[in-house]
Amino acid sequence: MTAYIIRRILMTIPILIGISIISFGIMQFAPGEPTALDLDPNISPEDREAQLEEMGLNDPIPVQYLRWAGNILQGDLGSSFITNRDVATMITERLPNTLVLMITSTVMTMVVAIPIGIVSAIRQYSKRDYVFTFASFFGVSIPNFWLGLMLIIFLSVQLGWFPVGGVGTLGGEFNLFDRLHHLLLPALVLATADMAQMTRYTRTSMLEVKNQDYVRTARAKGFKEGKVVYKHALRNALMPLITMFGLLLPTFIGGSVVVEQIFTWPGIGQLFLDSTFQRDYPVIMALTMFGAVLVVLGNLIADILYAVVDPRIEY
Amino acid sequence: MSEDTVLDVRHLKTSFFSKKTELPVVDDVSFSVKKGETLAIVGESGSGKSMTSLSIMRLVPSPNGKIVGGEVFFNGKDLVQQNDKTMYKVRGNDISMIFQEPMTSLNPVYTIGEQIREQLIYHQKISKREAHQIGIEMLQTVGFSRANDIMKDYPHRLSGGMRQRVMIAMALSNNPKLLIADEPTTALDVTVQAQILDLMRKLSKEYDSAIILITHDLGVVAELAERVVVMYGGQVVEEASIEDIFDDPLHPYTEGLLNSIPKIEGTQERLDSIPGTVPTPDNLPVGCNFVTRCPYAMEICKQEEPTLIDKDSSRKVRCYLHEEGVKNHGQQHRSS
Ligand code: SF4
Repeated sequence: MTAYIIRRILMTIPILIGISIISFGIMQFAPGEPTALDLDPNISPEDREAQLEEMGLNDPIPVQYLRWAGNILQGDLGSSFITNRDVATMITERLPNTLVLMITSTVMTMVVAIPIGIVSAIRQYSKRDYVFTFASFFGVSIPNFWLGLMLIIFLSVQLGWFPVGGVGTLGGEFNLFDRLHHLLLPALVLATADMAQMTRYTRTSMLEVKNQDYVRTARAKGFKEGKVVYKHALRNALMPLITMFGLLLPTFIGGSVVVEQIFTWPGIGQLFLDSTFQRDYPVIMALTMFGAVLVVLGNLIADILYAVVDPRIEY
Repeated sequence: MSEDTVLDVRHLKTSFFSKKTELPVVDDVSFSVKKGETLAIVGESGSGKSMTSLSIMRLVPSPNGKIVGGEVFFNGKDLVQQNDKTMYKVRGNDISMIFQEPMTSLNPVYTIGEQIREQLIYHQKISKREAHQIGIEMLQTVGFSRANDIMKDYPHRLSGGMRQRVMIAMALSNNPKLLIADEPTTALDVTVQAQILDLMRKLSKEYDSAIILITHDLGVVAELAERVVVMYGGQVVEEASIEDIFDDPLHPYTEGLLNSIPKIEGTQERLDSIPGTVPTPDNLPVGCNFVTRCPYAMEICKQEEPTLIDKDSSRKVRCYLHEEGVKNHGQQHRSS
């Protein structure tokens, strides 16, 4: 097992290098440059040229890449072109907000999707199953930015039940209820599509397991239906879902960009969007790599968990 | 129902419902099993034999399948009428079952020990430690020498034969009065088959459990059974002692089954198989269910369904050839 984990971690190195090269390249192809946005309109073209030169942006792309990679390997993420602040500090400031959002969404997804999926599978083709099926197609199809805006318009602006955005009331003391109050809507919006999708996965997985021979054996042993389902079917049905959670992680990252923007949630996603608009290359690259590591790590954890719950898998 | 009858199935009828149509998969099946007796139910796949056993256990896949008529008397109670709560106590305790697929009939995520113990704890209300002890003894009884290690193993580490032994140990652990074995050896290698059959014969004596052996394989029947019920198209077509079935089969279908067993002695014996396949429940012919494949089919067979008649005290058959008065009118009766 340990050998497997080490091997897997080593395998992520070429993957991350590949990702960094590709994203670095793509970023350079995008039109515009960091100097275009925030500089004094009266600046002369010569000065601008000098500035680009100073930032190293006139060097050939491979040279720029190697310089960036060299710094990264020394643990230096560089500093923002725009604010001149240390990128690592910028990320760590905002990371907790995003993590809170993501973890809440993940928990919401599990708590909602798994029970509903199970009920749908056990009562396949019942009224409840149809209702849940319809609701999940709805959930998958609704664009999260639209859902977010609608919730803000109705629940926050018109009914005033929820704050319009932010992580907490400005200037107030830390207050758990206030935080949760602010957290609920963005977390819900971020979770909606995944909830819907996980419901479907759980249902499918449970349907498959429901008719397995060992479930019939459990019935033949005289166990009550509840024990048959929760002890003998559920654990087998949940195994494939672990992988699904690993694969859903990237959608959270993508979703957080949109959701944080809508709910003015000062997290990584917002930072990512801002830095992209401003062509703030060091920040963009750092966040891209951060996302890549998260995805790779998510998959690794899913694989390890899989081996923990399924005795048939040995690494 | 006499003293020593364990199970008495009367006019059992189980159907599957799809949309508005009712497809009978078990149609008016009656038989009984005596204490310590091994009764074989024989038939090709699709004959309704597995559904008969699932009906006895009340485990017909719902919501499509349903017992629509008849009685299943066990211990003086009609199981068809019992509520779920009573059935939970009967299954795995009074009546146990072994299935065809040892590879998939054990839960892959629990150890053998867990799967044996849970049933003991559940039915006998004993401690985990006691259950563990009984589990080890049961595994030794079915032939595991290192039972202690097997208890800790997961099913995927055992071979098919070993898993079937585990299933047998599990099924017998609560001392059931009746053991239903649904094709217990079909999925196994021939040598392993023989071992498992030996084991079952030995244990049925030792535990004095009645056995219903469900199989398509008359070779297995010859090894284990005392009485045979032959099923076709959801119905019992013949019931007789093992000697009568092999020496003098009455129903043309039984005859066909016997002719399809390869014989080693007697070189002139031809390996016959019955032409055609079992009709599906939605496709049963008018008249005798076997009429489409029967070499002796007569005019009357196409018109009216024959009834199961008592040939003598221990034999029953469902065929016009053996009904008085009809036989003589048969036009195409070839002697066999
Ligand atoms: S009743 Fe007729 S068709 Fe049916 S088995 Fe007998 S002879 Fe054949």
